[in-house]
Amino acid sequence: MPLTIGCAARPGKARRNLTGSWRVFRPVFRPEECTKCGLCATVCPEGCVIETEEGTFIPDYDYCKGCGLCAEECPAKAIEMVQEEK
Amino acid sequence: MLKITEGSYAVAEAVKLCRPQVIAAYPITPQTHIVEALAEMVANCEIDGEYITVESEFSALSACLGASAAGSRAYSATTSQGLALMFEVCFNMAGLRLPMVMTIANRALGAPLSIWNDHQDTISLRDSGWFQLYAEDNQEATDLHFIAYKVSEDHNVLLPGMVCFDGFILSHTYEPVDMPVQEEVDGYLPPFTPYHRLDAGDPISMGMYATPEYYMEFRYQIQQAMEQAGKTLVAAGKEFSEHFGRDYGSLVEGYRLDGADTALIAMGSVCGTIKDAVDEMRDAGRKVGLLKLRAFRPFPEREIVAALNNVNTVAVLDKNISLGNSGAAGTEVKAALAGSGITVLDYVIGLGGRDVRKRDIARVVDLAEKGEGDMFYGLRTEVL
Amino acid sequence: MMQVEGKCELFEAGHRACAGCGPALAARLILKAAGENTIVVASTGCMEVFSTPYPETAWGVPWIHSLFENAAAVASGIEAAIKQQGRSEKVICVCGDGATFDIGMLCISGAFERNHDITYICYDNEAYMNTGIQRSGATPLDASTTTSPAGKCSLGNKRPKKDLPRILAAHGAPYVATASISYPADFVKKVERAINTPGACYIQVHAPCCTGWGFDPGQTIAIGKLAIETGLWVNYEMVDGVVAKAKKVRRKPVEEYLKAQKRFQHLFKPTPKTEEIAKIQAMADANATAYNIDIKLKQERQ
Repeated sequence: MPLTIGCAARPGKARRNLTGSWRVFRPVFRPEECTKCGLCATVCPEGCVIETEEGTFIPDYDYCKGCGLCAEECPAKAIEMVQEEK
Repeated sequence: MLKITEGSYAVAEAVKLCRPQVIAAYPITPQTHIVEALAEMVANCEIDGEYITVESEFSALSACLGASAAGSRAYSATTSQGLALMFEVCFNMAGLRLPMVMTIANRALGAPLSIWNDHQDTISLRDSGWFQLYAEDNQEATDLHFIAYKVSEDHNVLLPGMVCFDGFILSHTYEPVDMPVQEEVDGYLPPFTPYHRLDAGDPISMGMYATPEYYMEFRYQIQQAMEQAGKTLVAAGKEFSEHFGRDYGSLVEGYRLDGADTALIAMGSVCGTIKDAVDEMRDAGRKVGLLKLRAFRPFPEREIVAALNNVNTVAVLDKNISLGNSGAAGTEVKAALAGSGITVLDYVIGLGGRDVRKRDIARVVDLAEKGEGDMFYGLRTEVL
Repeated sequence: MMQVEGKCELFEAGHRACAGCGPALAARLILKAAGENTIVVASTGCMEVFSTPYPETAWGVPWIHSLFENAAAVASGIEAAIKQQGRSEKVICVCGDGATFDIGMLCISGAFERNHDITYICYDNEAYMNTGIQRSGATPLDASTTTSPAGKCSLGNKRPKKDLPRILAAHGAPYVATASISYPADFVKKVERAINTPGACYIQVHAPCCTGWGFDPGQTIAIGKLAIETGLWVNYEMVDGVVAKAKKVRRKPVEEYLKAQKRFQHLFKPTPKTEEIAKIQAMADANATAYNIDIKLKQERQ
């Protein structure tokens, strides 16, 4: 691939880097307890919490680093952090 | 149209004819007349552009960098300490491959403080990735701006360029200058077409960081662009002569080198003095000529070798000193002529505004022919 | 479960920020507020490095990084260029506190004095995090950093935070605000207001750094809230130099904020530095008075 002049790049390439591999703890979302407030998606530094058709939320494990902010901030306590087993 | 004008005003007029869209500059002697004139042209709507009255030279060049990245033709002018303050931005701008032209009214660097001419400021930025052109007189200083924009913005080059002309000696001297009219310049220099630009309609990230996997390749690309700049300068110089009748189709200019035994090499306004001195020495039967370096970056090595094929001795006049070594041009000419059998001697001369006269040139030739050189020329005796 | 075809993030996943990074959240929220018609100018620092290793940019809007200290000047040039070209993009600087409070002050002062139509957002994580947690002019009193370490003869950083919002308001900035990533809706609203206010506007957003401050990554939001709840960080707006609105709180003692972070642990162990903690409490009290942030109970009012 030729290098872009001036070390420039078009958007979209960060997604090649699957940061999910960094994870030590995994957030497990319990949709049945979700109040659909969306705070988990708002506070995610990766922007990798996604709204489903039902209006509940799921994490994109390709990118989720397992920081636990979603679980910590969920007002319904509907997200649990569990140890990854690899 | 031929008119008698101060060097600075001639440069300002040339810049205006290049239709700059963003000008950012900070006042410093002896550059001030250029930017004052440009500010007046903007104030009178003679230039359809923005003039940013920045708080430092560092911000002047940073603002030009931003303007160029956003797709505007940018301009600045500075000298000496101001250029030194721009050091970091200079390297950055070349690395980002953003075109622009900056005029340098060459001046010494402190300490001691000196507002007078030498080439230490620009020579100290020779490694920055800017191409550097040096003018002998105000006509050349004027013309080199049109050429510099054309080359800088060429998509095979995309490097910023400095047009260097000697502070006070040229910037504050009235000379006749043949100033082209707008239509002529428009016919030579097309509007700036950025290679890529900051544009919400087509986003791009500029100035990313490169890991060791990539960094060297980007530096190699800049080196290639600089080599290309040499070729494009020659082509743009030839095209200029077709449009305007003045020939800049070479990175060097030989003067009475035919049959010369000794050649002087120099840059900038001292070349005018040297030409007069050469004429006098030729009249006296001495086989002396001059090779003027119009470009110092890219360094015109092939042109130097070709031009000096038949001389025995070369005397390089350097208005700069790489402290701990010797004058910059001297070092590089020696490298270019290594193995040729030609004796190359370097003379550090005219620092901090010390006048260089015809008789100094004759004495340098005397010294060179005796094999004495690699020295400061013309020092006060109390330091010897 | 099917995913909703959601709007793409303009600050994309795949960036290399630490898990739980406050500044990464700030970047996401800034672009949510600013939208696509934006040009971002970055300074050298954590965010620049974690979001743009060639060629993997996380930025979906035009983005440029030149140097550590010149973002405000680069933005000045971009603003002048798009004005001259008759374009409509908003220019936003997103820079860390080192680039803002310290090394970039010259360019920022110039850009604000000239009143370019730019929004300068400082993501304030209160030290040079990218180089390894060295103190900056934004580091709070007594924080232990790698260049202001607590030790036998030191209680950490010797000086309180520089009051940069007031300095920039004094330049004549039409809109200056402080915000916190822990109050995302408030932050988003302030960014929107700043970019829609003509002239040079400044937002300083508190962006806790789990790595540099020493707390669990899941606590980033909670720590930011504690800063507000103790009065050590005040969220306010200044319009034309006058404080227009400050977030009111029922204040907690500063110990609750300090104890939660490793950078202040020397104030509690091996022995509590009561006098020093009292100094920090006094700063919070002074903030409370200056910005009138205390929610008063009914009987207190009577």
